[in-house]
Amino acid sequence: MNELALAIPWLGKRNPAAARWVLVLLAVGAPLIAMLFGKSWVRILDFAMLYVMLAIGLNLVVGFAGLLDLGYIAFYAVGAYTFAFLASPHFELHLPFWLVLPLGAVFAALAGIILGLPTLRLRGDYLAIVTLGFGEIVRIFMNNLNHPINITNGPQGINMIDPLVLFGWDISKPLKVGDEITINSLFLYYYVFLACVVLSVVFVQRLQVSRVGRAWAAIRDDELAAKAIGINTRNMKLLAFSLGATFGGVAGGLFAAFQGFVSPESFSLMESIAVLTMIVFGGMGNLAGVIVGALALTALPEVLRHVAVPVQQAVFGHVLLDPEVLRMLLLSLAMIFMMLLRPAGLIPAYSRYSRPELVVGKEAGR
Amino acid sequence: MITLLEARGITKRFGGLTALSDVSLTIRKGEVYGLIGPNGAGKTTFFNVLTGAYTPEEGELVFNGSELPLGKPHKVVEAGIARTFQNIRLFRDMTALENVMAGHHIRSRANPFSILLQTKHAKEEERLITERAYELLKYVGIERFADTISKNLSYGDQRRLEIARALATEPQLLALDEPAAGMNATETARLRELVQTIRHDGVTVLLIEHDVKLVMGLCDRLAVLDFGRKIAEDVPAEVQQSDAVIAAYLGGHATPKAGANP
Repeated sequence: MNELALAIPWLGKRNPAAARWVLVLLAVGAPLIAMLFGKSWVRILDFAMLYVMLAIGLNLVVGFAGLLDLGYIAFYAVGAYTFAFLASPHFELHLPFWLVLPLGAVFAALAGIILGLPTLRLRGDYLAIVTLGFGEIVRIFMNNLNHPINITNGPQGINMIDPLVLFGWDISKPLKVGDEITINSLFLYYYVFLACVVLSVVFVQRLQVSRVGRAWAAIRDDELAAKAIGINTRNMKLLAFSLGATFGGVAGGLFAAFQGFVSPESFSLMESIAVLTMIVFGGMGNLAGVIVGALALTALPEVLRHVAVPVQQAVFGHVLLDPEVLRMLLLSLAMIFMMLLRPAGLIPAYSRYSRPELVVGKEAGR
Repeated sequence: MITLLEARGITKRFGGLTALSDVSLTIRKGEVYGLIGPNGAGKTTFFNVLTGAYTPEEGELVFNGSELPLGKPHKVVEAGIARTFQNIRLFRDMTALENVMAGHHIRSRANPFSILLQTKHAKEEERLITERAYELLKYVGIERFADTISKNLSYGDQRRLEIARALATEPQLLALDEPAAGMNATETARLRELVQTIRHDGVTVLLIEHDVKLVMGLCDRLAVLDFGRKIAEDVPAEVQQSDAVIAAYLGGHATPKAGANP
């Protein structure tokens, strides 16, 4: 959180404490601000939170351990479908979310290990190709496993998925406070997602400055040297794959409950690339950067959708360029400019385990 | 003296090339043991076999009385052998301190759960690792660069950092692959002091070196490899007199000492 606070322009460097409070207020108040522009923006914000979780998970694999994964969305799919199978009329199962969500995480982690095992010796481009294939295989499975036995319901997807019910409290229904105020379920979902994001951030931040995070960074920097200091690279890579996948699995489960509907369409290669773009754009390996990247790139297409159409209608009288086309165009442009001007991302990663405070403390103590 | 490492009949082939053929040698506890030989003699290959980077076709390694697992680098480190590389291999984007902290990996226990919960043990371990890493930087004399990104260190300091990182794995045998390569005279002299300190503190040192002066002055015993075979193993003074060694270095056939100057 400190890094995110420091990233706030101007204020971050001058008054970190104030910046931190601004950040907390922003996080808590975001849906209220979004509400000013309409309810659909709160929904977008909810999705943005899911993307932040995905970006945090993928960053763990790509940014920390240096394993380029182009099929990350498969884990999101595994989490979402697990939730859909176990909490929908599809199999007539309605297990509680506190059971289904962790199960989704576990299955995603297993999928991570399944992907990790055969790819242990691969790096860079080769690994990227295999993971890309893995992502597509999962999607194609979801698409075709409706025959001969109907498991995934094919391209139609599964709908009527149970909403999140927190200890008997269905958060998909508006919450009434007194008689006057009702809180929309979009808000409730936002805060649930926010809690998950905060938990993920704490976990990943602690991991990064630990024995495990250093081992990953070592593998990323020089695998041979990592072996030579006794790091079991096989186990550490599998750990990165499975832990990264866990975040995808949880986000997938939340997505299924929030949307109430899953279909293979949501887990295309474009989604994997979108998440990867977020972390590259924000700053690979830097948690704050990754969060900013995810928020920015979720908001960008929506802003376009709301701006591009009316502007084009006003100027040309009709819509020349579909917002979807514009989105890809602008995204590519943004990436090109990023690579030229700030190749390490908006907020570049820097070495972090150095703990200067400890070193300085020791010096002073002597 | 107690034997620390015994290599028995190590043979390593790469396709048709026999890089090491039936190499046996014995390193005693507490000594500085040199491994020399002309280019391509198999020194680095032996190193890679010893540290588990290569699996030999034949032979076995006995370390501290028990057989060393072949081809498993992390097991070798766990058993107590640490190495450095001929062409420095640091974790370039980490600071000097982080490099050494990473070296403590094998001697620490924290797992994702204890890290998430920040248990007392995990916190204490992390504090100890930081402290020890800083002390090791001091030991090799580069503590003032603790926060410098390692790729920005000078060449000599990078070599020292690599040694500190290797020492962080708490080895009984430290294997240095041409540590003086590319160093100037002052740096070499300081390195020599460092190796002597390390040895004095109870770590056995295996040294591959081209700098004959350094090897002769520093090593208690040394072995000479030529074309993958061991042609001598003795104290430096004896090795210097060996005809086979002179022939290997100067070329030609081994001739009697009197006729060594044809």
